[in-house]
Amino acid sequence: MVKALKRLYAGLVYTFLYLPILLLILYSFNDSKYSGKWNGFTLKWYKALLEDSSIMSALYNTFSIAILASIIATIIGTVSAIAIFKMGPRMKTIFMNVTYLPVMNPDIVIGISLLALFTAVKMKLGFITLLLAHVTFNIPYVILAVLPKLTQLNPYLEEAALDLGATPFQAFYKVILPEIMPGIVTGALLSFTLSIDDFMVSFFTTGSGVNTLSIKIYSMTKVGISPKINALSTVLFLGIVILFILLNKREKISE
Amino acid sequence: MRKTWLSIPYAIWSLIFSIAPIIIIGVYSFCKRSPYGRIIYEFTLENYKKFLQPMYLNVFWRSILLALISTGICLLVAYPMAMIIAKTKASRRSLLIMLFVIPLWSNFLLRTYAWMSILRDKGIINHALIFLGIIDKPLTLLYNDSAVVVGMVYNFLPFMVLPIYSVLSKMDESLVEAAKDLGATSFETFTKVTLPLSMPGVVSGIIMVFMPAVSTFVISDLLGGGQTMLLGNVIQSQFLMARNWQFGSAISMIMMILILIVMLISSKYKDEEGGGLW
Repeated sequence: MVKALKRLYAGLVYTFLYLPILLLILYSFNDSKYSGKWNGFTLKWYKALLEDSSIMSALYNTFSIAILASIIATIIGTVSAIAIFKMGPRMKTIFMNVTYLPVMNPDIVIGISLLALFTAVKMKLGFITLLLAHVTFNIPYVILAVLPKLTQLNPYLEEAALDLGATPFQAFYKVILPEIMPGIVTGALLSFTLSIDDFMVSFFTTGSGVNTLSIKIYSMTKVGISPKINALSTVLFLGIVILFILLNKREKISE
Repeated sequence: MRKTWLSIPYAIWSLIFSIAPIIIIGVYSFCKRSPYGRIIYEFTLENYKKFLQPMYLNVFWRSILLALISTGICLLVAYPMAMIIAKTKASRRSLLIMLFVIPLWSNFLLRTYAWMSILRDKGIINHALIFLGIIDKPLTLLYNDSAVVVGMVYNFLPFMVLPIYSVLSKMDESLVEAAKDLGATSFETFTKVTLPLSMPGVVSGIIMVFMPAVSTFVISDLLGGGQTMLLGNVIQSQFLMARNWQFGSAISMIMMILILIVMLISSKYKDEEGGGLW
């Protein structure tokens, strides 16, 4: 009885969570341009999607910014995490507070304050400002992902490597780096995810002509979202689900 | 060996891109405005005084109220869910948790927009209710505060489930068993053992939900249809439409202080370890 209730409850919550996504997928196959009516199955939106250069360029921008921003943030974040880890308590507190700043500040404040900065120094808003903004909100997540791995690290490993004649760089590259790799990967993935999904910060820091998917979708919400976008998100969503299934399988095999 | 010099690039980066921007809007919030919207660097409290007008105070209270309601609903829905997941077989747990993470990977604007087609007069909820004969005229579900709350709960629910789950799943089961052995009822075990131990997760969840809820402008924009003005909407319109950056900056400063207060209150209930999102 209790078990059935639990199942029902979980079922309802998951329905709530997935209902909009299922509808999106459904609409992408709907022959009608208007989402309310079902006019029969079609693949025409998928075809139209490939021919829509403005959506394709938004997709390109989204991915290039997410990839570049997460690479830059991962490098700066990892290096900084190592430095912060070695700091004395007072410096550490200062740096951690600065790190928490973009995590705890509302997205809208990050967006408008960066807009204020870029305008103050008369920078042209566009791809570069978007990239700088994304790196800024990504770095803290990398630091917060890498630091715990450094804390778990055996402090004698590095010393042992140095004693055995490794240069500091070799000690880092061959001993420390592989040990903290899981944290770095988590940080990089988190950055990538945050960048892909970001709307607020991008909305304020982009200039005319440079769209990301989120910005493109936001401008569409005012006039009605084209089923082409539903088709695109269906493709992306299924891609992610497949990726998860593959990763899960790989983990199970390696276990 | 000390490697603190490695922090120099990050120190410079955050000085330019995290600290300076906040100082800039801090300064703007105390600046005068020329008739054409330019910033005049003369000290004034005008922007903060303007916020005390009933119109903006209303927005302020409404933002807090809607964010609190959404956070409360998220907590009520998420806690049992996190408990159910934490008590499932280990092999199925990761799948159940993954199901909360996957929606975060699809664009949140699209998911919110999809709610418009669910709540509309001719949307699926009204269709279903009419089909079942429960109502005969469509209910107005969209473009009001309730729709905004639905949107907030929908978007932020995973941020409540994940931290609570992460604490519950690491909890020492023997404590619960000990309480039961000592004669506590299930209810007592929950209120005296499970709930207090899960507080760090609950507090994380509250912050993670309240913060975006109080600052959003997209959800209120789409699902509130302009009927629901929140702090985020005012900031956005002051920056992009009214071109009154000084007033927009003042509201942003107020919002930051508000969130700081929430965090200070909640940090009292949070221990050093645990309660993180992941």
